[in-house]
Amino acid sequence: MQEKVRIKIDGREIAVDKYFTILEACREVGVHVPTLCFDEALEPYAACRLCVVELVTKGTKKFVASCVYPVEEGAEIRTVSDDIARHRKMLVELYLSRSPNAKRIRRLADELGIKEPRYKFDKSLTHNCVVCAMCIRACSEIVGAYAIGFSGRGMKKKVEPPFHRGSAACISCGTCTTICPTEAITLQEIDQVKTVHEPGGAAGVGAGEVSGVAAGAGAEGVKGGAAALPGAKVVGSVPGSRATPCAVCSAFELIPVPPKHYGKWLSEKLSGKGE
Amino acid sequence: MRVRTLEDLLAAKKRGLVTLYPQKTKIMVGMASCGIASGSRVVMKALKDETRKLGLDAHISPIGCIGSCYKEPLVDVIQPGKPRLTYANVTPVKALDIARSLEGGKPSLDGLFTRIERDENLVEDTKVTIADGPEGGGRPAHGAEKHPAAKEYASVPEFCDVPFFKQQKRIVLRNCGIIDPDNIDEYIARGGYFALHKVLTQIPPEKVIEEVKISGLRGRGGAGFPTGLKWQLTRNSPGSVKYIICNADEGDPGAYMDRSVLEGDPHSVLEGMTIGAFAVGANEGYIYVRAEYPLAIEKLQKAIKQAEEYGLLGNDILGSGFNFCVKLSKGAGAFVCGEETALMASIEGRMGEPKPRPPFPAQSGLWGKPTNINNVETWANVPVIMARSGKWYSEIGTEKSKGTKVFSLVGKINNSGLIEVPMGISLRDIVFSIGGGVTDNGKLKAIQTGGPSGGFIPESLIDLPVDYERLTGAGAIMGSGGMVIMDEKVCMVDMARFFLTFTAAESCGKCTPCRIGTHVMNDTLTRICEGQGKEGDIEFLEELAQTVKTLSLCGLGQTAPNPVLTAIRYFRDEYETHIKEKKCPAKVCKRKFTPEEIAQMKAEAAKRKAAAAAKSQTVTGEGPAAGAVGKKASSQAKAEKKDAGKGKD
Repeated sequence: MQEKVRIKIDGREIAVDKYFTILEACREVGVHVPTLCFDEALEPYAACRLCVVELVTKGTKKFVASCVYPVEEGAEIRTVSDDIARHRKMLVELYLSRSPNAKRIRRLADELGIKEPRYKFDKSLTHNCVVCAMCIRACSEIVGAYAIGFSGRGMKKKVEPPFHRGSAACISCGTCTTICPTEAITLQEIDQVKTVHEPGGAAGVGAGEVSGVAAGAGAEGVKGGAAALPGAKVVGSVPGSRATPCAVCSAFELIPVPPKHYGKWLSEKLSGKGE
Repeated sequence: MRVRTLEDLLAAKKRGLVTLYPQKTKIMVGMASCGIASGSRVVMKALKDETRKLGLDAHISPIGCIGSCYKEPLVDVIQPGKPRLTYANVTPVKALDIARSLEGGKPSLDGLFTRIERDENLVEDTKVTIADGPEGGGRPAHGAEKHPAAKEYASVPEFCDVPFFKQQKRIVLRNCGIIDPDNIDEYIARGGYFALHKVLTQIPPEKVIEEVKISGLRGRGGAGFPTGLKWQLTRNSPGSVKYIICNADEGDPGAYMDRSVLEGDPHSVLEGMTIGAFAVGANEGYIYVRAEYPLAIEKLQKAIKQAEEYGLLGNDILGSGFNFCVKLSKGAGAFVCGEETALMASIEGRMGEPKPRPPFPAQSGLWGKPTNINNVETWANVPVIMARSGKWYSEIGTEKSKGTKVFSLVGKINNSGLIEVPMGISLRDIVFSIGGGVTDNGKLKAIQTGGPSGGFIPESLIDLPVDYERLTGAGAIMGSGGMVIMDEKVCMVDMARFFLTFTAAESCGKCTPCRIGTHVMNDTLTRICEGQGKEGDIEFLEELAQTVKTLSLCGLGQTAPNPVLTAIRYFRDEYETHIKEKKCPAKVCKRKFTPEEIAQMKAEAAKRKAAAAAKSQTVTGEGPAAGAVGKKASSQAKAEKKDAGKGKD
């Protein structure tokens, strides 16, 4: 039997699984909280800060990222308030100034009624990548390839294969491109790539031959599109899914990945059960 | 050489007293980073060469920084039957004079800064009359009369009468500038490791935590979380493996408290950590030092090695069966790694990025195990609290902020250096009584506390008592303890920009408010500085700062807007002058022109030139003179063009 805790979301009293995060609780009762770096299949990263809500416990109010914050008995949660609206609007304005061409960001800005950001980046500094690390997390957590990571810090932070070169670890599955919320990441060929496998061909995936194939976030010369690499056929864009090489034709297909219940996983870990 | 019992510890103490107060001439040179930067290495060499030449039997020892960095290089001498004499601003030539005067048995009176009659042994609550030599230790702290030798040097101010030291209360800095940091015996001679012995043999872990709670000690890294509570949380977390971390990744511009403690008294941190480890039930500890502190790392490595040789670190410490080992971890130059979760990621070998809380480090920290992390200064306080009781410590300071705080006084101040003052002291006392006022008789404009996370406190709030709550109330924070004094020649817009440039460059880039927000704030401030500010910039900055403060993931982003917010709060008129009149009242910011403005200026210059030419034509008609005037006009236009070009740079 699941243990429940009683919480209040926007004035509505409800009982939810005690292992839920605030975001899970909100989604359970159908309260919309915007997110950008959250995917059920991944460990929450708490970086986009769009999901920040007001949490009132024992009379003190604080702003918390709902994707990682666990619910607790008697907690009062506000997903809509003047403060949240103001901060969220400013945040989306920042996103919009940096990534004015990203469709997802445009949509968010439209929802909040932002037409033009007050601050404008130089065109050369705008970029679709919102540094949500979805690609990196998917690559390591779902695929297990660890082919890409971050380099640099601050505004110079970007997604790259190690040492700016094609990564031998990349299996060109394209999961990173399907999960990217802003179409910033594309597959491309680097350093005398050998064609890995033509459709219907027999070349194995996962062999050393794939070296040189890497995902790069908007590096120069990117043609765009997940299927830029012959054979790296990714179908659709389903959150929480991964692309796996098909055993027969060695193209990739999507298989669903079960959601990670972060709150439950965390509480098990903290109580020592997970050790 | 293992120390197992109290007797072993007392034997080590005896050895330490012999080197601390030898029955022969002793020369001490301040060899912390501040001393070395002022040239103490050359002074040291001169002293060594000269004493050898003179055949003087002297014990020459390097010591840490006593705090008065503005008097470096400092040379201290002790001769039997005489107080400890301190010479300030010693040059190699002066060092030769000192060595020669020592040979004659009459230390020179020239260049004397202060004299110390008795060393206070804070841990044991005693005072040692220096002139008595090693046997002088352990005299009662109060009521002891001054030594007769004092008359000879009566004209030299005593240590406790020097304005710089008068109002200080040295708990963390108790041994800095007194002992040789490389000699563990001298630390033990000053009461070191006796607190650890007491804890391991007499006090159960719960009682240790209770004592720290009573003391009211709060984290000295900046946020001020109660230390005892933190230990309790770590102790209560389930799991058999726990870790202790010392955060020595001090990165605030103008702050060097931790460096001085590590360079001058590394054992105090090690002892504090061992006590903490015993209290929370950890057997492994890490000290995370930034790689930019090579001397501190060297001293720590030596100290760890010595403590291991003595059995004060490692297995079966002091025969109690308790095991604790300490490892050093060097930072790779990222400011954000001073944030505890990023620091732990860095130790694990991962990218220095903060993690969301919960889980807190006390629940799941280093390698997912319960971890207790405290700052250098916090750890250095612990042995004294255990030796003297939490109640004694809680009597110092204010109601909510107990004990003392170390500050580094830098900027436009006469007595720059490291000070330790009881909480609740006013800023006026710090700046004027201890700091000796603003340099060149300037007027104080603002005090910046807490580095890039702190804020500016204007001159009007000079009587503000310094504690956690009041500084936060003024919009600044206690921070790690950097205190930058600013005079009227400083532009507050430029200063805010300086700190924002720092945080924008040091933001890890994980969360968006901090990554883009600090960049945008920095850019907007730069624009205002360059005379390109526009109506609404101040309001935009305020709004953005509030968002960055509220939404950021870690302490870096949450505090990064503080310099901007306080600068606008207290110096709004300066911002308005920059924006409306395009002028910098402090004459610091350089006006930068846009291409359009430059084009406009060029056009105006050309117009003037044409007008001048036309005028000369009508007045003198055609002739050689007209050509000369025309030339003059064109050279004037060229000069203007040059100026405009300069502005662009």
